[in-house]
Amino acid sequence: MPRRMSSEGFFWTLFSAGGVVAALLIPVHLFLFGLAFPLGWIDPPSHAKIAGLIAHPLTRLYLFVLCSLPLFHWAHRFRYTLYDGLQIKHLNEVIFFLCYGGAIAGTAIAAYLLWNIG
Amino acid sequence: MVEKLEAEEKAYTLYHPRWFRPRVSTYWWLGRWPYLKFILRELSSIFVAWTVVLMLLAIASVERGPQAWAHFLAFMRNPLMVAINVIGFLFVVFHTVTWFNLTPHAMVVRVRGKRVPGLMLSGPNYVLWIAISAVVAWLLMR
Repeated sequence: MPRRMSSEGFFWTLFSAGGVVAALLIPVHLFLFGLAFPLGWIDPPSHAKIAGLIAHPLTRLYLFVLCSLPLFHWAHRFRYTLYDGLQIKHLNEVIFFLCYGGAIAGTAIAAYLLWNIG
Repeated sequence: MVEKLEAEEKAYTLYHPRWFRPRVSTYWWLGRWPYLKFILRELSSIFVAWTVVLMLLAIASVERGPQAWAHFLAFMRNPLMVAINVIGFLFVVFHTVTWFNLTPHAMVVRVRGKRVPGLMLSGPNYVLWIAISAVVAWLLMR
């Protein structure tokens, strides 16, 4: 445990930044892509239009932040939910690597996808 | 020397009273609303990650071309997906509201010795949230 204490602050900062990004940006994305477009409340953008949007460097930077930081927010919260909610603290190491491994994998996929556009 | 001391301590703990640590039920959080609210708030993170996964799928489909994009939109129309997203939307809004309402607790601001009311601190967050959401929606609807 003492070994991890030093990195706790770093992960907490990522958690906190991810929490802010998630609070401000995630609802509108889930609303549009998950509800408004599928249910026909709003016409989804054509491929040409959305491809044009994504091609812009600022959009790509925005999407990278949108995808990476909230994943670290998830990793932190989900880790502690498993620890406290289910009381499986003895699986500490496994959960730690699964949660942050997932967040790092998601960030890598986002970087790969957004880098290759254009 | 240290080892010897430790050995002595261990020998001493033979007579140490057992710690009083009552067993807590795995479902401790079901009992009271504040506990349940805490767990629901923590679980909202699952739908935050879920939304990120959906966005990654959307980006990948846009990259692969018009057909893949149409396929993605059709996949999102699946009733099961819509059902998950209805629940997910409630959870992510719950995250937003609880996160914003934390601000006055995390940050105590005093003006001329008087504490600034919580709404003055969390209020601007809501304004920013609505403004950003409107810009994102406008960009996608234009």
